[in-house]
Amino acid sequence: MAEGRIITFKIKRSSAGGESHWDEFDIPWEPQMNVISALMHIQRTPKTRDGKTVAPVVWEQACLEEVCGSCSMVINGRVRQACSTLIDALLKDGGSTVTVEPMTKFPLVRDLIVDRSRMFEALKKVKAWIFLDGTHNLGPGPRQAPENQEEAYPLSRCMTCGCCVEACPNVNDSSPFIGAFAISQVRLFNLHPSGKMNANERLDAISGVGGVADCGKAQNCVEVCPKEIPLVDSIAVVGRDTLKRALFGWLLK
Amino acid sequence: MAGSKYVCTTSSGKVRRVAVVGGGLAGLMTVIKLCEAGVPVDLFSLVPVKRSHSVCAQGGINASVNTKGEGDSPRVHFEETVLGGDFLAQQPPCLGMADAAPGIVHLLDRMGVPFNRTPEGLLDFRRFGGTLYHRTAFAGATTGQQLLYALDEQVRRFETMQVEDDRGVAIPGEKMVRKFEFWDFVQLVLDDEGTCRGLVAQDLKSMELRAFPADAVCLATGGPGIIFGRSTNSTINTGIANAIAYKQGAVYGNGEMIQIHPTAIPGADKLRLISESARGEGGRVWVPKDPMDKRDPMQIPEKERRYFLEDKYPLYKNLVPRDVASRELFKVCYGEKAGIMGRNEVYLDLTHIPEAMLRKKLAGILEIYEKFVGVDPYHNPMKVFPAVHYSMGGMWVDFERDERGSLKLGSPRNQATSVTGLYNVGESDYQYHGANRLGANSLLSTIYAGMVAGPAIATYVDNLDRSAFDLPAELFSKVEKSEQKKFDDLASRDGTENPYGLHKELGEMMLRDVTIERHNPVLEKVIEKLGELEERYTKVAVVDKSTKANQAIPFMRHLEGMLILARVITEGALARNECRGAHYKPDYDDKNKDATHPIGRDDENWLRSTLAKWGGRDGARSKVSFIREFDYAVGSQKLHATDAIDISLMTLRKRDYTKKKAAFAADPTAAQKPAEAPKPADDAPKA
Repeated sequence: MAEGRIITFKIKRSSAGGESHWDEFDIPWEPQMNVISALMHIQRTPKTRDGKTVAPVVWEQACLEEVCGSCSMVINGRVRQACSTLIDALLKDGGSTVTVEPMTKFPLVRDLIVDRSRMFEALKKVKAWIFLDGTHNLGPGPRQAPENQEEAYPLSRCMTCGCCVEACPNVNDSSPFIGAFAISQVRLFNLHPSGKMNANERLDAISGVGGVADCGKAQNCVEVCPKEIPLVDSIAVVGRDTLKRALFGWLLK
Repeated sequence: MAGSKYVCTTSSGKVRRVAVVGGGLAGLMTVIKLCEAGVPVDLFSLVPVKRSHSVCAQGGINASVNTKGEGDSPRVHFEETVLGGDFLAQQPPCLGMADAAPGIVHLLDRMGVPFNRTPEGLLDFRRFGGTLYHRTAFAGATTGQQLLYALDEQVRRFETMQVEDDRGVAIPGEKMVRKFEFWDFVQLVLDDEGTCRGLVAQDLKSMELRAFPADAVCLATGGPGIIFGRSTNSTINTGIANAIAYKQGAVYGNGEMIQIHPTAIPGADKLRLISESARGEGGRVWVPKDPMDKRDPMQIPEKERRYFLEDKYPLYKNLVPRDVASRELFKVCYGEKAGIMGRNEVYLDLTHIPEAMLRKKLAGILEIYEKFVGVDPYHNPMKVFPAVHYSMGGMWVDFERDERGSLKLGSPRNQATSVTGLYNVGESDYQYHGANRLGANSLLSTIYAGMVAGPAIATYVDNLDRSAFDLPAELFSKVEKSEQKKFDDLASRDGTENPYGLHKELGEMMLRDVTIERHNPVLEKVIEKLGELEERYTKVAVVDKSTKANQAIPFMRHLEGMLILARVITEGALARNECRGAHYKPDYDDKNKDATHPIGRDDENWLRSTLAKWGGRDGARSKVSFIREFDYAVGSQKLHATDAIDISLMTLRKRDYTKKKAAFAADPTAAQKPAEAPKPADDAPKA
């Protein structure tokens, strides 16, 4: 793209009354422009394309390098991180309009901000942690094969950004489905040599209503995950383990 | 805590708590240590703690575990840390940190951090700047993220645990950790003696302001990089909490010591870091010998490339400390105009390393390059330039020495600021990195500071005569009301200045004039301009009137704090007429033949901390007073502090990375000393 070009940002805003409306902003293109730099431009000059001064758009952001998970939003119809959405790449097939909306599967706070606290509650539910004896010096941790680390590391990069929840057709008002991210965390902690010791607690937490069995296998999660986490594999592994436990677990009691 | 059990309820049955502000590594480690000592915590954070800036740390965490048969030891780590910081770091805490490091890395491993492994299943270590040893444990190239998640998970576990009274009975509805995420710290509550008794914070969604009593407050709020506009920092790193505490009387140390990282990717909204680990794994920095060489870099033959770091530093090569590397890059690009195509860019080249290895060890950062630049770094050299990265300076904190000169664990003086009852840990404190931080020491210092602060605060609150929770409610409601008034006043501003526009001006000036090279006449102009910005700040306009999730008004508050700290940084830089670590004045460089005052590092006059104290305002303009000593108290202990550096453990020496083993072999006796037994990394009860 060239200097002098104008990109139109169509942004879904909250109105005072609770309903929503769209504001359009014309923003000059600049090298390495992304959705965040455009939103920052609006902060400095919050004027719509029809010349009206409005309140700057509000959104969540922090690291701007796709590692904190803050800036998830729906951009041109697809959920993604605003920081790594480069305008040149987004509009490579032409066009000069970018639509930005908040995620829809979480309660709306304002403009592009939604309340994702249910995701952190889900991490409590599945006990996504090692049951550590304490932080005093107990010597080295368990040895692990490099292959184990190579399986765990990609799972451990989940930023709790919410993209998988937003894209999932099984997460809706009439379904309590927990979401792919939490299932993948069960797999992660059940892989770890000491995490394994509490594997059944996590499998029990992810069984039943809203658990892994509620996945409808649409596979949208893996499509939208910004960190390319093998979420579908995780669902398969955890699904198999919960099934095994349901079928044979009583034998071990 | 050995020997004593903290009574976490008041006589009237209220649960006593400590407040921790900031949920990065330092804050979370402090929380964990407090919970283990039986102290319930209120944890405040601008963002969900899992999104704190610690996630951005990439390369790794240092610990001299010596698994590669190189003869590394905590003593060597300590000496290289002190030398890397050009002797401005306090030595006892640095020794404590280096000794504790292997235990910390093992602890993180036990918590489930997916560190890279050797074929035998042991932790793998790689090289980093300022050392010749493989000392850096790593989880791909997103080590900070992995460490933060591990601590976040442990804190989440404490969020589910009940507070128990001194009989061991669970108190209904009270959990060990209460999180207040999307809350902005706005003021300390100080009693008539100036002791910190709690804080006021604001819910950034509902905009409610509320006072919270706390038996102690610990700030763990990271660095102030956003003062420089674009940097490698997250946008939340405005330094506001430190600015508030400084304004309320806490002493700020070495503000001028700002680290510039040599390799970042320029961007419109931020300068994204490409970790030192890229060079630790063999990455090479070069420019074409002919800057106007139009060929694709892969087509430029070896003999037509200039590996300027390797040429000048034949032993450390591309892994000289960051201040050294950044100055060399700057010199090549600005001084010689020899950057790629005459621009401010050099190549960071990994293309000679097998792709499979890069994917295992560096994928996290190479993915950032690929996503944000759109070029494949596995097969093309990356283009990078230095960027503001880290603040060695921060809130002044105390420490207590033990008999062997290290840090005395459990002393309530450790990590205590000059305000009684206020503690500070992590990048927001000042004591571990001196004038320049070594790569992969930041993750270590955050966690170590938390491990030290937890027991220190537990001892402090254990010995309080009176709990904040037993003080009259008016103490808190008074501050709450005055903060509400300040907020309402901010919300009614109808001036002409856009706060985001003012911030842009501040950032551009600071980035241009107060980073790699500092010239006194320029700094004087910056100080004048800062005064103008502070005047214009009074004419700021509220650009958002909403009463819900209003980001504009809190930003105005942060901007005020940034202007205050920008002055601390700049006036500190102006005063320090020498060259030390990241602080470089060409006019004082003894190796610069044009220098007007060639003295280099001036130990006679400047082997001391810059101590800044809030000096009130002259009209709209803030004032800094630089002090040499002050009195303060920790509980009932009356103490006196000076700006002297504790150099009792390692003698001063020249810092010269062109020589062999600059760090410790220059003093062979140090290397031959038997390694002292490492201390336990925590306050574990003695058997």
